[in-house]
Amino acid sequence: MSGSTTLTWFARHELKLAWREWLAMMTGGRRGRKRAAAIGLIAFAALMHLPAYAVIGRFATLQLPLDKTSLIVLTSTILLAWALMLSQAIESVTRVFYARADLDLIMSSPAKLTNIFSVRIAAIALMVTGMALLFSTPFVDVLVLNGGARWLAGFGVVVAIGFSAAALAIAITILLFRLIGPARTRLIAQIVAAIIGAGFVIALQVAAILSYGTLSRFAVLTSDAAAAFAPGPDSLLWWPARAALGDIEALLALLAASLVLLGGVMAIFSPRFADTAIGASAQAITSRRGNRALAFRGGSRQQALRRKEFLLLKRDPWLISQTLMQLLYLVPPALLLWRSFSDSSAAIVLITPVVVMAAGQLAGGLAWLTICGEDAADLVATAPLSPAAVLRAKIEVVLIVIGAVFAPLVAALALASPLQSAVTAVGVALGAASATAIQLWFRVQARRSQFRRRQTSSRLATIAEAFSSIGWAATSALALSLPAEAAASGLLTAAIVAITWKLSPRRG
Amino acid sequence: MKSEQAALQVQGLTKRFDRLAVDALDLTVRAGEFYALVGPNGAGKTTTLRMVAGLLRPDAGSVAIFGVDALSDPVAAKQIMAWVSDEPMIYDKLTPVEYLEFVAGLWGVDPKRSTPAARDLLVSLGLEPHLNERCEGFSKGMRQKVALAGALVHDPSLIILDEPLTGLDALSARHVKGILSERVRAGCTVIMTTHILEVAERMADRIGVIAAGRLVAEGTLDELRAQNGHRNTSLEDLFIALVDENAEAA
Repeated sequence: MSGSTTLTWFARHELKLAWREWLAMMTGGRRGRKRAAAIGLIAFAALMHLPAYAVIGRFATLQLPLDKTSLIVLTSTILLAWALMLSQAIESVTRVFYARADLDLIMSSPAKLTNIFSVRIAAIALMVTGMALLFSTPFVDVLVLNGGARWLAGFGVVVAIGFSAAALAIAITILLFRLIGPARTRLIAQIVAAIIGAGFVIALQVAAILSYGTLSRFAVLTSDAAAAFAPGPDSLLWWPARAALGDIEALLALLAASLVLLGGVMAIFSPRFADTAIGASAQAITSRRGNRALAFRGGSRQQALRRKEFLLLKRDPWLISQTLMQLLYLVPPALLLWRSFSDSSAAIVLITPVVVMAAGQLAGGLAWLTICGEDAADLVATAPLSPAAVLRAKIEVVLIVIGAVFAPLVAALALASPLQSAVTAVGVALGAASATAIQLWFRVQARRSQFRRRQTSSRLATIAEAFSSIGWAATSALALSLPAEAAASGLLTAAIVAITWKLSPRRG
Repeated sequence: MKSEQAALQVQGLTKRFDRLAVDALDLTVRAGEFYALVGPNGAGKTTTLRMVAGLLRPDAGSVAIFGVDALSDPVAAKQIMAWVSDEPMIYDKLTPVEYLEFVAGLWGVDPKRSTPAARDLLVSLGLEPHLNERCEGFSKGMRQKVALAGALVHDPSLIILDEPLTGLDALSARHVKGILSERVRAGCTVIMTTHILEVAERMADRIGVIAAGRLVAEGTLDELRAQNGHRNTSLEDLFIALVDENAEAA
């Protein structure tokens, strides 16, 4: 095979794999579900136009030239999307390095590795951009329908920021390999991804709290101070915003810049990609030394199980990055709490739903890892413990971790408002208990490494978990101001949980 | 001299998936015996042993471990036995020492006893240089050894092993065989499935041949030869003859 044939063939191979992986994710790996998945996806995409209209519909009439405030808001929105794509791309690149599924085969083949890895880099860029296009389509559609075809340029902006995010993600990950080595890169890259993904929003919220005593990001973006600080209307900084509004010159420049960036990264890093992949593989072979643990000495059988779960959670890089992200999202409410404590602001009430929502989400992930993600299922099943005792020990771990993470915040809240603290504590307990129960009812034995695909095992469980977290967050918030509405919201959320139980395979 | 008490008594054990996997199987393994279960792929060996270990619920039949009904009192039955799968499932993020201490904790073994035992076991299996390394980078053979050490650390009376020598190098296989023989000499009962007929021939006190979910022959090698009229033949020839006969009968 010639070089170009190999390249085309490998590109086809990568696309086929990516398509099948995506299909498996959508169908939960069940062949008969293709049609249902397609209908579900189309229905979801159609439904997404409603929130898209609510969020973005009023901006459809925006025309160039824009005033500074509009430029700031639009540019920040694009920057936020870019940060999220960069976060997702770093995660994808790390996965490519550490998943050894086909690296041995590729690297032992006589194909030119630089070409092969160029294709793989391009595949990552396409994957990240494809997902972004999928999510942005309802928003661009709304803008096109209400503001004209010029908004189609929005797709071009998505492609440009997708390519540039993928290029930067590859550069960041390979540089991390060089700087700190493969052993630490996996964890650090995930933490960096979490910080980048959440950082921009949190930074804006922190600025809003410190300056205006509110959680609203727009308070900062639309402020006179931001307008005064921002550069003039001819600045390059506004080109993405101009491109999104249909300025063809800006759009072409943006696309060209992103392609040059991606091409540059492919040229510079493709030869190093193989070395990095080998480094990651070697890291998987050479083991990390642990401290001589005393963790399992003494105590009951249930204690041994709980200690094992704590130790594994502590050593789980994914969980650490996700927990860090949850904790990062708690920084603004904590800051708001601190600020409100000094000036008695009413905005403090916003803390409760954020905390309750975070507790539900974290509990769902933890519950999956401890209850479903059992790597030595046979060992635990053949241990002299009843299945109920095993489950109890695992549930206790989830609730203890949730308690440890959220108790300090609830305690701090008690100093400012004992009633709100009590409501938040109840909300956290209900959110965490519901998410844990849903994971318990829909549990399917899996390996911890399959965590990323946990949503595919049961989409109903995933949706129910999300709705119960949102429901308890809303109920807690309403309980502080509108008790009657809170009762209705609480009943509705309880009904969601009850219906989920009714539909679950573990019922009875 | 082996005890006549049954370490394992299986009666009428039946399991059906898409087809009948185990067909009203009766099996008795005496205490202190090394029993090898051999059979072609899909014969029902692993399904049988998974039901004995409490990993699968039988459709019918009974399982008793040293007289303890494993179906009505699984916790008591599990306390005295150990299971080692052919796919060694251990925790990547634990070291072998931590893994063994966890297993000892699950079986409620006094740490004063389990800690030195864990170390001795791992050392005897050639894992001394890796005692405090996380298992994530271990080869299949090393993982198999850690899993085996885990099965032995709580000193079970009955050890059930499904293809324990798969993936092991010659030296490791010899280590494992030595450790299992030693356990049997100390009074432990070992039941294992294997495709390596030479191992069954050399190590087992008795051999059970299973085909299509039924026990088609059982006994010492000499007894099997005598039962089937194949004097001076190897177990391999005998096995092929028995399986062929069973296939023809079916």
